[in-house]
Amino acid sequence: MSDVVSSTPDTARAEGEKLVGIVLVSHSAAVAVSVAELATGLAGGGTLAPVAPAGGDGSGGLGTSSELISAAAAAVDRGAGVAVLTDLGSAVLTVKALLAEGDELPSNTRLVDAPFVEGAVAAVVTASAGADLAAVEAAAAEAYTYRKV
Amino acid sequence: MLDADFFRRWMTATAVSVEHEAGRLTDLDSPIGDADHGSNLQRGFRAVAATLEKEEPGTPGAVLTLAGRQLISTVGGASGPLYGTLLRRTGKALGDAAEVDEQQFAEALRTGVDAVMQLGGAAPGDKTMIDALVPAVDALGRSFAAARTAAEEGAVATTPLQARKGRASYLGERSIGHQDPGATSSALLIAALAETAGE
Repeated sequence: MSDVVSSTPDTARAEGEKLVGIVLVSHSAAVAVSVAELATGLAGGGTLAPVAPAGGDGSGGLGTSSELISAAAAAVDRGAGVAVLTDLGSAVLTVKALLAEGDELPSNTRLVDAPFVEGAVAAVVTASAGADLAAVEAAAAEAYTYRKV
Repeated sequence: MLDADFFRRWMTATAVSVEHEAGRLTDLDSPIGDADHGSNLQRGFRAVAATLEKEEPGTPGAVLTLAGRQLISTVGGASGPLYGTLLRRTGKALGDAAEVDEQQFAEALRTGVDAVMQLGGAAPGDKTMIDALVPAVDALGRSFAAARTAAEEGAVATTPLQARKGRASYLGERSIGHQDPGATSSALLIAALAETAGE
């Protein structure tokens, strides 16, 4: 799965450069999809890191689905690692439990401790610029420090 | 000695108990949670019982590991990864032995409870499932019946506590006066264990 082409046909991008994938896990499918749209929309028109929402319980209700999370992580894995952002409660616990399983998520997957919306924007912008997983994680986590008042 | 069949019967007995008590668990979850604890666990343990019947895992460790994995993938709420981790870590600690004695099981269950505390960040007194599980594991060295009593007392003792974890913690002092649904379902799990052991 590491040889999948980048999500954007960018001829300027060096051959073989792989982007970090972003998974957005929310209790609400609508929230996950909308935050993915927001983050990719704010990331600009160039190369976009692969982003996948994993929202809701998988059958139309509020909740967390381990199947949706695993599928989303597999879908955005380009071999450069996957950053997972979550909202709260069971979303956090399910990702942690999947990481503890060992084989449920791509090998270089991290749960990123970040605010969901602001962190998602920071993560997608940073990943789209070609940053590695540690830099994507740091950018998303740094979103906690942007005070509003 | 406890074999795979004992653990399979424990899981089946838990499924029956959760089925029976689902309404009560959801009622307890209504004032301080999101009123889905009973239905979530019902879905999870139904799936556990069905999987164990179909796959027939052959060791105690394999039974609990499979059950835990099934809970993580079917529950859809926080109780899925929490109970899933409890059973998986307990199962992994049992290794691939065909039979385990009560002491080995008690030690493995403690490993599982420790993993739940690490996953959820909860400690005794936070008004969570830990308040039933820790006393149960402490009493398991004496007997299964003692563990059941300790878990039930631990669940009842969550009533005057203020929640410090999960959705109930947002309620602050208003969480006081309600028995914790997670501690209550944990007491059901331990009661099913004692029932399976004939105690």
